[in-house]
Amino acid sequence: MSMQPHGGVAVLGRHVRKTFRRETGETVVALDDLSLEVPHGGLAALVGPDGAGKTTLIRLIAGLMPLDAGTLVVNGTDIARDPQRVQDRIAYMPQRFGLYEDLTVRENLDLYASLHGISDEERRRRYPELFQMTDLAPFTGRLAGHLSGGMKQKLGLACTLIGAPELLLLDEPTVGVDPLSRRELWEIIARLVREQNLSVLLSTSYLDEAERCDQVFVLREGKLLASGPPGEVTALAAGRSFEAEPQAGEPARNLQSRLLDEPAIIDAVPEAGRVHLVSAQNGKSAAPEQSAAALAGLSIIPVPARFEDGFMVLLRQQSGAAGKSLAAPPLSPEPAARSDETIITVHDLVRKFGTFTAVDRVSFEVHRGEIFGLLGPNGAGKTTTFRMLCGLLSATAGTLRVAGFDLRRARASARQHIGYVAQKFSLYGQLTVADNLEFFASAYGLRGRRKRERVAWALTQFELEPLMRLPSGQLPGGYKQRLAMATALLHSPDILFLDEPTSGADPLARREFWRRITQFAEQRVTVVVTTHFMEEAEYCDRVAILDGGRMLAVGTPAEVRGLAAAAGPDRATMEDAFIAIVERAREHRMDASP
Amino acid sequence: MIAPGEPKLSWHASGRARLQRLAALVRKETYQLFRDPSAIAIGIVMPVLLILMFGFALSLDVKNVPVAVVLENPSPTTAELASGFVLSPYFDTRELTSMPSAEQLLLQQKVDGIVRIRSDFARQLNSGNGQAQILVYGTDANRARIIEAYAQGAIAQFQARRAAEGYAAPSGGAAVVQSRMWFNEADDSHYFLVPGLIVLIMTLIGAFLTTLVMAREWERGTLEALFVTPVRAGEIVISKMIPYFVLGMMGLALCIFAAKFLFEVPFRGSVLLLTGVSTLYLLVALAIGLLISSLTKSQFVASMATLIITFLPALFLSGFLFDLRSMPAAIRVLSYALPARYYVNLLQTLFLAGNIWSVVLPDAAVLAGMAAALLALARAVTTKRLA
Repeated sequence: MSMQPHGGVAVLGRHVRKTFRRETGETVVALDDLSLEVPHGGLAALVGPDGAGKTTLIRLIAGLMPLDAGTLVVNGTDIARDPQRVQDRIAYMPQRFGLYEDLTVRENLDLYASLHGISDEERRRRYPELFQMTDLAPFTGRLAGHLSGGMKQKLGLACTLIGAPELLLLDEPTVGVDPLSRRELWEIIARLVREQNLSVLLSTSYLDEAERCDQVFVLREGKLLASGPPGEVTALAAGRSFEAEPQAGEPARNLQSRLLDEPAIIDAVPEAGRVHLVSAQNGKSAAPEQSAAALAGLSIIPVPARFEDGFMVLLRQQSGAAGKSLAAPPLSPEPAARSDETIITVHDLVRKFGTFTAVDRVSFEVHRGEIFGLLGPNGAGKTTTFRMLCGLLSATAGTLRVAGFDLRRARASARQHIGYVAQKFSLYGQLTVADNLEFFASAYGLRGRRKRERVAWALTQFELEPLMRLPSGQLPGGYKQRLAMATALLHSPDILFLDEPTSGADPLARREFWRRITQFAEQRVTVVVTTHFMEEAEYCDRVAILDGGRMLAVGTPAEVRGLAAAAGPDRATMEDAFIAIVERAREHRMDASP
Repeated sequence: MIAPGEPKLSWHASGRARLQRLAALVRKETYQLFRDPSAIAIGIVMPVLLILMFGFALSLDVKNVPVAVVLENPSPTTAELASGFVLSPYFDTRELTSMPSAEQLLLQQKVDGIVRIRSDFARQLNSGNGQAQILVYGTDANRARIIEAYAQGAIAQFQARRAAEGYAAPSGGAAVVQSRMWFNEADDSHYFLVPGLIVLIMTLIGAFLTTLVMAREWERGTLEALFVTPVRAGEIVISKMIPYFVLGMMGLALCIFAAKFLFEVPFRGSVLLLTGVSTLYLLVALAIGLLISSLTKSQFVASMATLIITFLPALFLSGFLFDLRSMPAAIRVLSYALPARYYVNLLQTLFLAGNIWSVVLPDAAVLAGMAAALLALARAVTTKRLA
């Protein structure tokens, strides 16, 4: 039923250029002579590393900024000439959707319905449809500020959909959203495209999401690297993807880490106990065991290429060493055998806020040198557990021992052994990188030579030296996180706590991050981490899955995948396992409660 | 869902669509206003506090001054003189008989002044040469001068009474100076504090509160999604003004009520005229608030800028607390650029003098011009652009 009055093109960009001036006076080119064509109808994805210009492009299409040069035609209207006409008929969901948190779900929706001129009669027809689609019906009277992260995104989507837009622009709609809510959001979007022939342009750092789109646009540093169906990108890695089985007893992440150092390997990620790798050579000569010393003697089997593989090949082709900006020092030749020394003991931990139980009798142990992952949907109690472990929040009941100290009694002593990186960037934005490090070193009580040594170590280890005079607020995203980790490690803590460190980070930054984490674990630093990227659980020695404040499963990634395998296919990914475990527990609880 | 197309587009530009959007935005603004404790605090609690503070705690009048009256030789004549102090509302009198104990009290600041009536006062009075000594604690020169004048007045009244009773007046009759304050007959500082209070409250609600709520939308990113809808920038500006205009007018009503019934300040002008000029001033304040928040886009910077640009000048440079005529020429010239100056002048005129058109018309014209210019500017800087 869709009208296609514009020759089937939703967005037509020609030689688009956009620059920004930094406070320091330098000019940053966000988009550089970019030309693209987004077809009408269907899903299109913008992918690329941080700073590629994805958000800028979406804002330009929405008419929120003037172009420096070039033309941008949206649904047949030149955005520079008549932005209001475009804004009358498209919808846009910014990265942090600006819901009015002090209005209820219903009031937010009413506001957007009125702004789009939706009649009362039409509302009666549309609201049930939207509420049913988003599962928001039970919460219409709740303040938007009291919704969980996933529900906020769904409400944001409902608000943008109420105007029956011709084009929907979504900027990273699934950032910070747990796998369950993410799947629900995707079901809604897919249904809209299928049933209403809506055009959707979204940006994402989840490459599996890009793979589900009809069109992908790969951006890097303001330039378009590739565009077309995702299969075309995947084809770039055809015949280059393999799986390697590590030697018995060696964690997959160690093999992966070594493989990343090999020039003949473009990319490697741990997956289901094995390592998925992409060879630099093409065709028959691709067999990586001949070119990569690290693979000698291991069993290697070719596997079908994925979109992510093609993406990594593409980035590498364009910029030589782009994927491997990691000049990390080599791992110690003899990785220390993992000890059974218990460094964190949590037993029957309970935390209540009033009548609400955020954490309900959670128990687990973490050994020295382990990477321990806490997984769970939004509101599962991960952050609350985390804060108790760091001594930022007191427990209502239960035992909590960290680094040999009872956290309920000797908080201050325990903190000396803990490094904590919060989810939000919490350093001083106006201070330079070096100032921040100096300040935190002093705050941890370091003095004199030791202080100088540790600050120098942090600058080298995290490759922050070239940027040390830059105010930390102006650092690019990935560097901010490096600085946050560097400050948390200044006092050489035994345990490093990381709360959603990779949320919103692009695939390259995430690999780099895990590379470092693997190194720290090798140096016997214990790492406790929360994440929404289920594939990242593969880097962990053990993971725990939480939901509704309760612990649903704990074990090695293989064991956790095994729990789900009983219900699903036998080569389930971590994400499948996670969804299966959480859903099963929820069903069980619903059966039990009435 | 309906098929989007051309007919719907022309609808978005129609008057009815504009009205519908405006109504929705005003409703949203009103909900937020009532649910935000900080808005309630600034819009309702602060005005009430200011009224109570200005009305009861802060007064520039000198009343109930503690004084010691030293009667070194009590007699019917001296008792009559002392009663002039005891019965006066301006004094809180303690009667003593020895000077050293009175001086002790003065040093301890238990009294602010001493009236000493010597032991030979009655006799000297009869010979036409009665003398009373007045000592005042002089650290606060202003207050000291007022107390001195009050004391002299009390003694002068005593003399006048005696003259009226037929006692021989010294040197051909006592001349008592009768002074009278125009417009503020009671010399009550509430008379000019209350109009000033109205200026402060209107500035607080109009500029300060508006700047906060607009900057908050920029900070929280709520405007980004709002911009990509059929809403027009002008509608956003107007929707921000309407609820705060109503709140400002409620503040005005509260002040007028307090002025009339709490402080019993006379109101000699017309209420209609007062409402009219207050509307003009409120529009100026709202426009300044919107202008500052659109330019700074941060709650902290916007609130500081508003405080410095509107509230502090309204307090110190509008002629409400300090007389502009006694200020240096440069500041006097600067004060002509302040909208609060004209509003203070208008309010003082309307409350205490009445509809003096030669004052009201020029001042109102200046305010109207400022309102028009600032509103146009606020509209111009509020565009549907992020950078």
